[in-house]
Amino acid sequence: MAISADPLNLIICGVGGQGNILLSGMVGSAYIRKGGFATIGETFGAAQRGGAVFSSVRVSEKREYGPLMPEGKAHLIIGLEPLEALRMVQKYGNPETVCISNTYPVVPAGVSANRDKYPDIDELKEGIGNLTKQCWFLDATAIALELGAPIAMNIVMIGAVLGTEQLTLTPDDIKAQLQESLPPDRLELNYEALSRGMKAVA
Amino acid sequence: MPNLAKLAPDSYHLLQGNEAIARGALEAGVQYCAAYPGTPSSEILTNFAQAAKDAGLHAEWSSNEKVATEAALSAAYAGLRSISSMKNAGLNVAMDTLQHINLATLGDQNGAMLVVVADDPQSHASGDEEDTRWVAQMANAPLLEPSSFQEAYEMTKYLFDLSEEFGIFCWLRDYTRLAHARGRVQVGEYHKADRKAKYDRTKMFTPYIAPPKHAILVEKMAQIRERFEESSFNAYEGPENPELLIISCGSGVLCSRDAIEELGLEAKVGILKLGTLWPFPSRLVVSHIQKAKRVLIVEEVDPYVETHAKAAIADARLSEPPEILGKVSGHMSYVGENNPDKVIAALCEIFGIEYVARDPEYSTKVEEIAGKMVVNRGLIWCAGCPHRASFYSIGNAIKRDGRDAVVTSDIGCYTMDAFPDGTQLTNTLHCMGGGLGEACGFGQLQQFGFKQPVIGICGDSTFFHASITPLVNAIYNKANMVAIILDNSITAMTGFQPHPGTGRTATQDPAQIVSAEELCRTLGCRVEVVDAFDTKASTAMLMDLLKDEGGVKVLILRHACELQRMREERKHPYKVWVEEEKCRGDKCGFCYRVLQCPGVGYDAHSDKAMILEALCAECGLCADLCPSKAIVKEERA
Repeated sequence: MAISADPLNLIICGVGGQGNILLSGMVGSAYIRKGGFATIGETFGAAQRGGAVFSSVRVSEKREYGPLMPEGKAHLIIGLEPLEALRMVQKYGNPETVCISNTYPVVPAGVSANRDKYPDIDELKEGIGNLTKQCWFLDATAIALELGAPIAMNIVMIGAVLGTEQLTLTPDDIKAQLQESLPPDRLELNYEALSRGMKAVA
Repeated sequence: MPNLAKLAPDSYHLLQGNEAIARGALEAGVQYCAAYPGTPSSEILTNFAQAAKDAGLHAEWSSNEKVATEAALSAAYAGLRSISSMKNAGLNVAMDTLQHINLATLGDQNGAMLVVVADDPQSHASGDEEDTRWVAQMANAPLLEPSSFQEAYEMTKYLFDLSEEFGIFCWLRDYTRLAHARGRVQVGEYHKADRKAKYDRTKMFTPYIAPPKHAILVEKMAQIRERFEESSFNAYEGPENPELLIISCGSGVLCSRDAIEELGLEAKVGILKLGTLWPFPSRLVVSHIQKAKRVLIVEEVDPYVETHAKAAIADARLSEPPEILGKVSGHMSYVGENNPDKVIAALCEIFGIEYVARDPEYSTKVEEIAGKMVVNRGLIWCAGCPHRASFYSIGNAIKRDGRDAVVTSDIGCYTMDAFPDGTQLTNTLHCMGGGLGEACGFGQLQQFGFKQPVIGICGDSTFFHASITPLVNAIYNKANMVAIILDNSITAMTGFQPHPGTGRTATQDPAQIVSAEELCRTLGCRVEVVDAFDTKASTAMLMDLLKDEGGVKVLILRHACELQRMREERKHPYKVWVEEEKCRGDKCGFCYRVLQCPGVGYDAHSDKAMILEALCAECGLCADLCPSKAIVKEERA
């Protein structure tokens, strides 16, 4: 069942370059097309490459909300990278939060340099599981690599979000957005990515 | 990114604040658009460039903000509507011109000019949190600050009309949470502008002689102040006699609304939203202040509204002035951007409310679980970035030279060297062009006993922006230094904008390349150009240049930005893999620990380095440098 909150507070998070912004834009536009309000706050710029990036998406039928949601108030967290998903749960999560996350880790520079330790992926999943009402995991990067297009990972992820039916958006809503934002020769691949994402959580 | 000239009128669109501004300008009939890229302002000009052919615009990436502003000024002199957009730091470059314009006026051809300055509270992508609103006041420019996406669009249109009516440039304050946020905007009709440019050569426009012109400008600002007292961009919402009046502007308005709703204070707290910030609508503010016993001012960075509100209250000689809470009282912070939690905290303190964002037991659990696992994710160069190779060579050369060379740098992707996860070879870092200016100073200290070699760093885009003047100074005044131009052939950090060295304009038309090396040679210095990925040659050349005591030497380390190269070529240059039997694993760790390339990982089970297929750009740098020759590269057909 779709989350019924108004405002609906979504977080889409990941690492710079993973396609966060395209994703939040498609979700926001789809809700505006349905006649509602959507506001998106984004962190990018110097953080575009390799830094933690997140979009705060706020959807409402009533009014325009600010781009940043208050802490502890996320309804749904979409993680393009699992450590980033946990980072967002830490700040914006609450016992009712649900989470859908990619499991493919992007290791921070401090981990490569042996200053920090990247958590064990099973512990990471368990941690997110313990802090959310419900969560889904999939290796969206592996699916995108199978499709020969690692860049389509974000579309696999939005497919997974549709598959969980936590949002009132339909596959057609997202396909309409893809048609607007992508060149025609990339559509088939992205439809396939969408459908593979949906199946991955079915 | 949508083509803003083609948006359907009267319908709702999800627009970035910068897109809302650009669309407003198009509807207002802008024809001449100039800017230098700077986060968070860049998308304004990017959108004009994209719409340029359809809308018949001139859209250019200028070599810096001052030039952009002067060029836009001329278009206004010739009767067109023009815009110059920049980030907070860029304003400082343009300021010499801006300070003069409104004394001189925009001429007599009914032109108009809008300056958009995007501030960056929280310094997401800036060296400081400069609050430029004071500067609008200093330049005597009418200043509006939008508090929503719709308002950004509407204020832009309004300011062009105001500019034309009063013959002065107007100022729109943009900021990160508007510029780089997106929201719903209903747009109006767009018609292609067709004004013709002309100039009456019997006329002269200049601030000289200033005092009488200043007097006229003061009078204009008084008239505009009267307008702003009545402006619909200022509005009150809430109970008739609120217990607390919030006066807010910009991002503070939505944060305040959200905070009031979160705490259920709708019956007690009202919001006076101010959109017109200079000239300040003092009477309006005083009339609202009188309805409340206490006032909280919510604004970003400096107490600008707070200072003006207090001045207005002092001027009004109220018998029982209300208590003004804000930054000075400690209820709001001078530092960082607004968010709803900051306003919630201030309201809780004022009303004595205890706010619990989430179940305290959950918070404890979060800290137990996530607190242990979540590690910082610092900024680092992309896989395939030539700056990783350049800084490897620079570090090597400095070490082998052995005389503690001083490195002064400036602003670009290479700035990440100075961040916690960078190589931290950088010694001083300030602003665009600052690397060469500071190197010039260090390079002149020999008579005071200074014996260290000096390296000044700039990028290809910052070379054209603000590094040529310090280079000329260094040559003429006999500084001994090596100027390194880290040339990745694009303005990468702000989103791949072209510059005079790239051979393309903002609208993707071909242009004659201004060659940095030819220019430097003409100035009379020794110039060497090396491929940044040839780390052996780069290191050897830099060592040689450091030994050369003959004044200013220029080293261009050139290699295209990997992201830009990939956009154009769409394939990796090599196939790269690890030959595990040769890899010494964590006993070495050079590729992941020293090079810190995101494309290389470490597999603890096998104790071997591994190429991360989803991230590796297969540039071959790690293969060139692997001490055990365990990483292999093979050219792709």
